Amino acid sequence: MKISILSHKAMQITSEDDVVLVRREVRALAQGQGFDSFATAAVTTAASELTRNVFVHARSGEVDIDVVSDGRRNGLRVTFRDKGPGIADIDRAMRGGYSTARSLGLGLSGSKRLVDEFTLQSIVGTGTTVTFVKWKPF
Amino acid sequence: MKGTIPVLRLGDILLVTVHIDLEDDIAHVLQNDLLVAIEKHGSRGLLIDISGLDMVDSYVARVLAETGQMAKLMGAVTVLVGMRPEVAATLVRMGYAMGGIRAALDVEDGLALLGYQLRPV
Repeated sequence: MKISILSHKAMQITSEDDVVLVRREVRALAQGQGFDSFATAAVTTAASELTRNVFVHARSGEVDIDVVSDGRRNGLRVTFRDKGPGIADIDRAMRGGYSTARSLGLGLSGSKRLVDEFTLQSIVGTGTTVTFVKWKPF
Repeated sequence: MKGTIPVLRLGDILLVTVHIDLEDDIAHVLQNDLLVAIEKHGSRGLLIDISGLDMVDSYVARVLAETGQMAKLMGAVTVLVGMRPEVAATLVRMGYAMGGIRAALDVEDGLALLGYQLRPV
């Protein structure tokens, strides 16, 4: 499946306020693409969880927000990149309940359930990259 | 302070309407404000109207649920009112059904749940 990028926006995460800024951007793009309210809430919430994860675990990072197309439909692809401590036990983190001080431990597992595609790469001591895609529902 | 959320008093009930996109620190300030207001006014009930929120993530959900638990320890009952369908769907899909908190369709139903009768003028 060939994915083309229709628009690109890069944002920095450096403070807790960026959680709101990133989700505002994602919400606006989702609405602009005609996502219904359920899909918009799902993608906005996932972006909020993952942005907060970056801030809490790595203090800073980057977000790429792309409007993409697979030729049949448009979607949002959001990538979160940090140079934080990385995740030692990815399976455990993805199962949920891997709680930190500022979350329910649902950041990763919960976000994955809200989107269509979800990939996580993490190297301890190097950082973590999470990418999700949410396609516009037919 | 980036923004404060007013807390209204209706007899021994407190009503707060959350209508802005909740930043993490505002959610936390609101939690403290509500608990202090419960003590100050001797409130028995706390209605939190979230009909203005189109997104509730796990952090905000946790602050709301914990506020309910804290209020309960103080002797007040919390009712969450007006959760939008897409918010309810998102929270449950994430795996967080907020099982410990009472909910009502809207403020009127929430008031009735707390035994507060609205009388015609």
